[in-house]
Amino acid sequence: MEEGRTNVGLKGSNDHDTQLEAEKQGIFFSNVNRFYNWGRRSSVWPMSFGLACCAIEMMATGLARYDLARFGAEMFRASPRQADLMIVAGTVTKKMAPQVVRLYNQMPEPRYVISMGACATSGGPFRDGYNVLRGIDLLIPVDVYIPGCPPRPEALLHALMTLQAQIDQQKIGRVRWYGKRDSKDFPVPTFGKQGLEVNGQLIDPVGGLPLISPFNAPTQGEQRTGILEHAEQARAFPLMDDTMTAVQQDAEADRG
Amino acid sequence: MADASDVAELRERIERALPGTLVPTPSRANTQAVPVKKGEQVAPNFLATDDPVITADQLPNVAGYLRDTLGYELLTNITATDYLADGIIEMVYHFVRLNGGAPIAIKVRTSREQPEVPSLTAEWPGADFQEREAFDLFGVVFRGHANLRRIYMWDEFEGFPMRKDFPKQGDKYFEDTEE
Repeated sequence: MEEGRTNVGLKGSNDHDTQLEAEKQGIFFSNVNRFYNWGRRSSVWPMSFGLACCAIEMMATGLARYDLARFGAEMFRASPRQADLMIVAGTVTKKMAPQVVRLYNQMPEPRYVISMGACATSGGPFRDGYNVLRGIDLLIPVDVYIPGCPPRPEALLHALMTLQAQIDQQKIGRVRWYGKRDSKDFPVPTFGKQGLEVNGQLIDPVGGLPLISPFNAPTQGEQRTGILEHAEQARAFPLMDDTMTAVQQDAEADRG
Repeated sequence: MADASDVAELRERIERALPGTLVPTPSRANTQAVPVKKGEQVAPNFLATDDPVITADQLPNVAGYLRDTLGYELLTNITATDYLADGIIEMVYHFVRLNGGAPIAIKVRTSREQPEVPSLTAEWPGADFQEREAFDLFGVVFRGHANLRRIYMWDEFEGFPMRKDFPKQGDKYFEDTEE
């Protein structure tokens, strides 16, 4: 009698689905990947780190009503050394960006990033302003993006479940932190005359569009996409800033 | 220490106590956008104001007069305005009387090329950060400020982002047709 139901549960087409279905039936069998991922996904420790109003929603998510503890992620750590997950909750100003990257570099691998809200994802309503980084993915790779301004706690819970689903798909032999490569520090931007710089190169000018491409998803290898956003739209209001005039002339030369 | 929140009375008192400190300004009443002919309008004069406009050098004296004689002890707000077409940066100072009454504003005008006004931080320590903000975003130099550094932007930054001629650029709100 019970066998029939068990067979229904084992209809998955690959090992991963098979395991998940079997667990629903109370049958546990495991392998290293599954065991590792289960441990990793069940205790994601976020870093206690908020930048703007999204952090209020993040706090609400952690409290009793939405109860992040149901997903094993209630341990907000005050130190990046003890955290697995950075929730970039809010507007990343250019002045704050170096500190965000430095905190990310201080987190031990495996480490994950959730970009929470419009500001952290793209600059949001401040995108055309002079002081906000146009997306944290210009500087560090992001696993899950959440739209919203600010996103509701349910959205953050959904992002965490999405992240857990991504962790479930990892294979130890392929994840980036168990390869032979050295752990990579992401370059910390410095302050320049016209905006943020990396290695002396202007990357996010004040009063312009970002001059570097964002990182693609970690599952795609954390490489820069090489796609500049609207590079052809470099325009200026050239009463004051010679640099922007030069950018505009370059763009016109490219077009012509 | 009568309430001097009536603007005309305030101007009169300042003029009587400290002669020569007021800068003559067109009144707002005469400079509203009025139709000259049918359908034509003259642009309003943005520099017209009823608030007392003080010469820059006399600002500490007038502020002291407001505090010591009129009782406006609390300097709540300092802000700057950029009048690009007129080549003027205007500083606005708001004072409040702690024992009641409406707040008052006094203004100081300075050139855009070399904006410079005396600092009030010696008498009003609360003016410190607000003057640094005006220096950071508008480039106004406050003579006598002990620690005039940028406060929002980083020290290495060049330019004054809140000025009207700061380059506007982006892809979210600015369209190709807009200049």
